[in-house]
Amino acid sequence: MNVAEKPRFIAPDTLIGQRVQKKDAPEKAAGKTRYIQDMVLPGQLHAKILRSARVHAKILSIDTSAAKALPGVHVVITAADVPDQQPIGVARDHLPLKRDRVRSQRDEIAAVAADSEEIAEAALKLIKVEYEDLPVIADPEDAIKPGAPLIHPEPHGADGKHLHLKPNAPVAFAGKPDNVAMRFDYSHGDVAQAEADSDVVFEDTFKLHYVTHCCMGVSGVIAEFDASGNLLMYSNTQVPFLHKREFAEYLHMDPSRIRIVQPPIGGGFGSKLDIYPFEVICIFLARAAKRPVKMVFTREEEFLASPTRQPVLLTLRSGCKKDGTLTFRQVHTLHDNGAYTSWGATTPFVMMQTFSSLYRVPACDYHTTAVYTNNPYAGSFRGYGNLQATFAIEQHMDMMAEAIGMDPLEFRLKNAQDAGEETGQGMKFKSCGFKECLTIAAERSDYRTKHADNLAARSASGPIKRGIGIASMLHVGGGAKIYPSDGCGTILKLDDFANVTLITGASEIGQGSETVLSQLVCEELGLPISAVTVVNNDTAITPWDVGVHASRTTFIAGNSAIGAARKAKSKILAAAARKHGCDEAELDLRGGFVIKADSGEAVVELARLMRNLHFSDKAELVMTTFYYEPPSVHQDKGFKGDVSAAYAWATQVVEVEVDTDTGIVKMTKVTGAHDVGRVLNRLGIEGQIEGGVVMGQGYALTENLIVENGVTRNPNFRDYKMITAPEIPEMDISFVESMDGEGPQGAKGVGEAPSICIAAAAANAIYNATGVRIFGLPFTPEAVYRALRGRADKPHWQAWKPA
Amino acid sequence: MSLKHDIEFTLNGVRQRVTVDAGLNALDMLRDVVGLTGTKYGCGEGECGACTIRVDGQSMNACLMFAVDCDGRSVVTIEGLAADPKADALREAFVEHGAVQCGFCTPGMVMQASHILDTQPHADADAIKRGIEGNLCRCTGYKKIVDAIESACCGGK
Repeated sequence: MNVAEKPRFIAPDTLIGQRVQKKDAPEKAAGKTRYIQDMVLPGQLHAKILRSARVHAKILSIDTSAAKALPGVHVVITAADVPDQQPIGVARDHLPLKRDRVRSQRDEIAAVAADSEEIAEAALKLIKVEYEDLPVIADPEDAIKPGAPLIHPEPHGADGKHLHLKPNAPVAFAGKPDNVAMRFDYSHGDVAQAEADSDVVFEDTFKLHYVTHCCMGVSGVIAEFDASGNLLMYSNTQVPFLHKREFAEYLHMDPSRIRIVQPPIGGGFGSKLDIYPFEVICIFLARAAKRPVKMVFTREEEFLASPTRQPVLLTLRSGCKKDGTLTFRQVHTLHDNGAYTSWGATTPFVMMQTFSSLYRVPACDYHTTAVYTNNPYAGSFRGYGNLQATFAIEQHMDMMAEAIGMDPLEFRLKNAQDAGEETGQGMKFKSCGFKECLTIAAERSDYRTKHADNLAARSASGPIKRGIGIASMLHVGGGAKIYPSDGCGTILKLDDFANVTLITGASEIGQGSETVLSQLVCEELGLPISAVTVVNNDTAITPWDVGVHASRTTFIAGNSAIGAARKAKSKILAAAARKHGCDEAELDLRGGFVIKADSGEAVVELARLMRNLHFSDKAELVMTTFYYEPPSVHQDKGFKGDVSAAYAWATQVVEVEVDTDTGIVKMTKVTGAHDVGRVLNRLGIEGQIEGGVVMGQGYALTENLIVENGVTRNPNFRDYKMITAPEIPEMDISFVESMDGEGPQGAKGVGEAPSICIAAAAANAIYNATGVRIFGLPFTPEAVYRALRGRADKPHWQAWKPA
Repeated sequence: MSLKHDIEFTLNGVRQRVTVDAGLNALDMLRDVVGLTGTKYGCGEGECGACTIRVDGQSMNACLMFAVDCDGRSVVTIEGLAADPKADALREAFVEHGAVQCGFCTPGMVMQASHILDTQPHADADAIKRGIEGNLCRCTGYKKIVDAIESACCGGK
């Protein structure tokens, strides 16, 4: 650069809060991005899985001889071929290839690796399996009845005697004496006394249904062993480092010999947090075939064999005083675990936070029983139980407000949390924009006026009734300390041209983390976003991160990136100060230059300084590392503790039109106010929220995975109804910037928040429109039509307690 | 196994001759025989629009079309559109308006959008929503996709 052209003063500038284009968007819009589905490795074989033809049965025999004889078939495996297979999943109750018993429709019996998908498919048809049917347990209430057939019976020898395995043997081998997969029990305060002090008490049961992630890119994996026995996996996982460790355990391998590369992913939403049988099976096939093996689902398989949101029966008992003070909540839930245990069983971690701490509640008592059935098994899904919990709580908030004659907004404001509060569960709200969220969402939607007008118009003639409903949510916004570490590592380097390579443990799953992390680095180093290249998809290169979940990436990986950038900045400023004979405290970085902080006067071009450093006698490169661990704590055995470094808040107001002749509910408008700490990328955060709102709309109105007696009846997009473009509501989204002290530039997590309140607010809106309260989801035309005519079955169950 | 056919068609402006099984669909031909992977498999039964291509100007679900029916016709895929300067504004609108998240539906969306622009150059937001009704997106909630297409309609005015 010609020195004469050097700008003398650099004006302040920032990318924070701007509408920053996603770094990967141009490739994606041109169809050039190579997803796992698009990858072809030399010598690659194609794999398919034979799944159970029965819901619950003993496997008497499997004959693979004809399949093995088919030309083009390389490997056929069953459980007998992998005697060393280990159980997977949260409760270690799931063998990837089933041995003597199938427990659900999706169960894996055999797998084939062949020259083409067509040959693999043809081979599956040649595998003969003999079954002996067992009674199907499809209703979780039946599963906990005394004497119910067991899904994971304890093993018995040929003589019928109970086989005693060594203590702590996994459930897959040792079985369970009953169908209870997990229990969660939490309480704070004196619920009995609080109930006695209540003027109003409600108890209702809510029924939440099956939905599934519907990632547009179906599940897939490629596994390959090199000549030294090292495993390379191309995987869509959201948690590569946890999986590396887990795969090592399952495969009896040294973790250092496993490398996971993450190609761009066609949607995550929590579906890729667990290891599933197909991944382990693909590795078995690659090991046997000594070739790369690729396995990609069909859409039908994706519906049948990928996880669901947890279906829940939930009984909530709530009380308040006449003056609107909440007194207690008591909750019993029955989680349908399905045949195996994945993260869905652990959604009570999040649900109990909402019950205990969304509003100020002096006493709270929470109990969950997750039971085994022969249904599909539930995993983690955006919101992680919070949609279910919020659906119940926010309906009760409206019901109690009506019972005491208080405005529903006023009732919520009276009980809403504030900054500085420590809840009964030990959560500390250092930043809290909840009341602002309530006020802004209500004002911008004209909630009070419309609520009153709709009530008045209920009895007017005409089939169309309008309704408005409000609901709010609390969710972790600063990570969630569930694992031993909730941290993320960063490696950052500057090259001779002042371009940055940001190597982060955090995965990009379409949510825009590459872009927002780049922005945070640019803010520290005074560089344009084009100066940053992000490397984030290879466990052999990137530093450890716990994974993309719990709305944590911006907060945790953001703080980690800032930490690395600040170390680089101090190194740069120290070098500039030395070279230019000034105090480094006087210097700053801006617009690609080292500047005088007070005047903005350019001191030296950053790229030139980098070259000087590199090619001088000192021969120095600017490379830094940083590991950020949030200042949160693990919960104690009673689930108490400040588990997140920050908490996110939101209020959403939903407006509907209910056609009382047909039961069709149209969602016309959603007004949302979100405490996001601070907006970093306005374009990205709007996109997250709009997408989450519409996902919540689908949960409320149209999506329903119909499982009858263990059989999924609608494994396709024709019968599983996702929201399409003409159905989306008008969306008015506001941001409350509470500037969290620990957050990166003040930001908090937002990924899960926007889906959480929609169904709850829609329920309140339907009530506002029609005077009919519906306790189960989804609000399909049939369900609403029946409810409007008093013919809906009110959900009911007898809360179960261990003997 | 099955009957083979030789077909000849124009793919993204280039004459192409391939031999395909009679039962092969156009999606698998593009991805596996020709090797263009921009067109995506989302459902295989015409419900999601991820495989949208244009055949003689019409937008089609490639998964529902036999490969042999491409014979003698002009097929444009996302790779063709990406190389067409006339479509730069549309692709840039998707980037600028934040219409891309995971990006898996995006090629199909962009192809369908190009069809809307050609057939309804003055389409308003409602017409655009109807126009992309057959294209599912799980990430964006569609709003920014509609914004992007709307900005590209009427030459970006």
